[in-house]
Amino acid sequence: MIPEFGQFALVLALTLSLIQAALPLAGAHYGRSDWMALARPAAAGQFVFVTFAFAILAYAFFTDDFSVRFVAANSHSQLPVAYKFTAIWGGHEGSMLFWLLMLALWTFAVAWGSASQPLELSSRVLGVLGIVSAGILSFTLFTSNPFDRLQPAPFDGNDLNPLLQDPGMLMHPPTLYPGYVGMSVPFAFAVAALLSGRMDKEWARWMRPWTVAAWIFLTVGITLGSWWAYYELGWGGWWFWDAVENASFMPWLMATALIHSLAVTERRGIFKSWTVLLAISAFSLSLLGTFLTRSGVLISVHAFASDPARGAFILMLIALFSGGAFVLYAWRARLMVAEGGFKLLSREAFLLSNNILLVVATGAILLGTLYPLFLRNLDLGEISVGRPYFDFVFSMLMLPLAWLLGVGMHAAWKKVPAEALRRRLMWPAAIAVAFGVTLPWLLFGRASVLTMVGVVTGFWVVASALLDPLARLKRGAKGVGLTRGHWGMVLAHLGVGFFIVGATVTTAYNVETDRAVSPGDRWETAGFEIVFRGTRPVEGPNYVADEGEFELYRGGELLTVLHPQRRQYRVQTAPMTEAGIHASMHRDIFVALGDPLGGGAWAVRVRVKPFIRFVWLGTLVMAFGGLLAATDRRYRQRAKAPAAGLVPASSAREA
Amino acid sequence: MWRYFIPVALLFVLAGFFWRGLYMDPGAITSPLIGKPAPAFSLPSVRDPGVLVSSEDLAGEVALVNVWGTWCVECRHEHAFLLEIEKSGVPIYGLNVRDDRASAVDWLERLGDPYVDSAFDEDGKVAIDWGVYGAPETFLIGRDGTILHKHISPLTPTVWREDFLPLIEKECGALPCPRAGEG
Repeated sequence: MIPEFGQFALVLALTLSLIQAALPLAGAHYGRSDWMALARPAAAGQFVFVTFAFAILAYAFFTDDFSVRFVAANSHSQLPVAYKFTAIWGGHEGSMLFWLLMLALWTFAVAWGSASQPLELSSRVLGVLGIVSAGILSFTLFTSNPFDRLQPAPFDGNDLNPLLQDPGMLMHPPTLYPGYVGMSVPFAFAVAALLSGRMDKEWARWMRPWTVAAWIFLTVGITLGSWWAYYELGWGGWWFWDAVENASFMPWLMATALIHSLAVTERRGIFKSWTVLLAISAFSLSLLGTFLTRSGVLISVHAFASDPARGAFILMLIALFSGGAFVLYAWRARLMVAEGGFKLLSREAFLLSNNILLVVATGAILLGTLYPLFLRNLDLGEISVGRPYFDFVFSMLMLPLAWLLGVGMHAAWKKVPAEALRRRLMWPAAIAVAFGVTLPWLLFGRASVLTMVGVVTGFWVVASALLDPLARLKRGAKGVGLTRGHWGMVLAHLGVGFFIVGATVTTAYNVETDRAVSPGDRWETAGFEIVFRGTRPVEGPNYVADEGEFELYRGGELLTVLHPQRRQYRVQTAPMTEAGIHASMHRDIFVALGDPLGGGAWAVRVRVKPFIRFVWLGTLVMAFGGLLAATDRRYRQRAKAPAAGLVPASSAREA
Repeated sequence: MWRYFIPVALLFVLAGFFWRGLYMDPGAITSPLIGKPAPAFSLPSVRDPGVLVSSEDLAGEVALVNVWGTWCVECRHEHAFLLEIEKSGVPIYGLNVRDDRASAVDWLERLGDPYVDSAFDEDGKVAIDWGVYGAPETFLIGRDGTILHKHISPLTPTVWREDFLPLIEKECGALPCPRAGEG
């Protein structure tokens, strides 16, 4: 009986979402404040019911209720408790419920945080979120009900895919989904602006922290996904340009463009229709990601059970949400009037080029991801687009972006004299070239031109980002302090610099060796001495494994002992590798067991990956910068302000 | 102004493609090569550049040609099942596409090698001859060297049972299949 309560809660949530979609929007149109006032309670009620449904599904997992089809397909009585919980989003139906939970959370947060906004605006925003919610709820209930029963119930479950039985997987969806789903909030703001025709600096200021918040989750989620792939897929790569990785990366690129475009709209009252377009596109790409993973149109590691009926439903939702928004845009965008102009050499111009490069990069990735599909459609033959295309196109677009970034950070709004920029940036440029050219040689004794270009670019961004804080330090307490928003920008860009250095160095200097070893063997690789002590069988809760023991020496001193495993799960029998990784800031040593070769000998893979941590450190620093920017005083004060329109102008000049 | 309609127009073109894509089962795309002789090739082996793997090796056998690469995440999922097929006595030839040799060898060492041998198609030229759409893809080659069937996406026990086994049994009765000269 209990699972049916979950289903019933979803039906109630759907009813509430329909109320939340219809009445506040109509109320805002006809000026009926009693209708508009329904938006917030409806959002709160929806949150309660969706949370309840989620809790019911979690309960079914914890009590091993295999009469529920979804539980039987994704769990097992011997599955560790933590993974019983993560199994909720390990399959299609449960992950849709998780999607809904995130949407309800965002909606609730917006309802709660919009107390100081004009009722008309918040009603429209919540109304649009209600439409989105109604769409996704119907999708879940009608095509992917997680509470479906099995008759008769199987004795035990099918177990969770071993790839997903991992701490990284525990965290990856809970950070990625809020990011994906959070793109619905800027989307709702954009549509609300199109509906009302009101789109000014204040609107941009309300929308911006929500956008940054969703972007932070996306950033962290993608980082965790990359980290998970690194040690769990077991061949030491950190990005595969897999269709579904791309599906999460495209909204990220769009959201990044949106944050920068919003900066211009908030400060200068221009780029308005562009901002709206980006907000709609970012959410559309999120939906596209959902479509690609669940429709079977593309084949990928992340693909859930594919089903054309589900795909068709999501496609209709995309047509409804994005199509509706774009039609509205075509009709209303001409109403947006720019409130000022700018010169070719100005912060606006740099942010514009940032936007163009990011959008072109998104387009290139979209094209690469969907190219096979297009050709198949047009009967032009069959082709696959691989890593070389993505690597090349993406880096060719991101290098100029990084160069411009270093300059743009120091350009003033409206107009900046070239001479001032040159004076300011001479030193960072010189330092970047000096470090970028010499460091690879000093550390690794060899460097290609491309490697040096990459490292110089990374250092250029770092040096340029540090310019403001250093100037502040030099002025001492006398100068004007940097606001939190400005610190956020500095950190986020510092993260970009770290990422570029990390990605370049780890790609250029990773050492890969494979060999067959017997217990007692001792060999050298990349300046390390490794001793293989043999393997022993170990038993996990739902798997058996061979665990190797490897001693790692450097200069005769024991550095660490690594214990990589090769696991055999009991129910789904695919062998899995758990790599042994000795991680440090400047280099990872990665040891994985291959096949047993008989007589205690094993095939062993060793990877030495310098600077790989900088890839993830960089993106995490970006996310932290975002956190600072989203919590800047001007957004917090606004929340406390008694009425709308009384927004204190910030004294800083940050973007 | 017409330019404001560009986004919605783009969206619907894209949606049109998706709509068609949805009802094209990727596994069911018929290759124009089915029923025709498998394109000839001769490539170095992944494990030993000195050894050649060629279409001659397949002659007279009912065999699978499986397209794979270490960059292909789905191939990893498929791998365990390929090892089972190998045990059942159907020879599998690998076509390793756009890969680097060290990673490919490493993959085989680590996950097990279901292949009689794998051809190393570094620039993907042979894959183009074979009309390869992505990886993994599996071709079933008959004893007379014609392509009997092509499957796109990972092989699963269901696909194997329903699409491949009937064709193999028609070709040679029970497994393991005798070579053309022997039976």
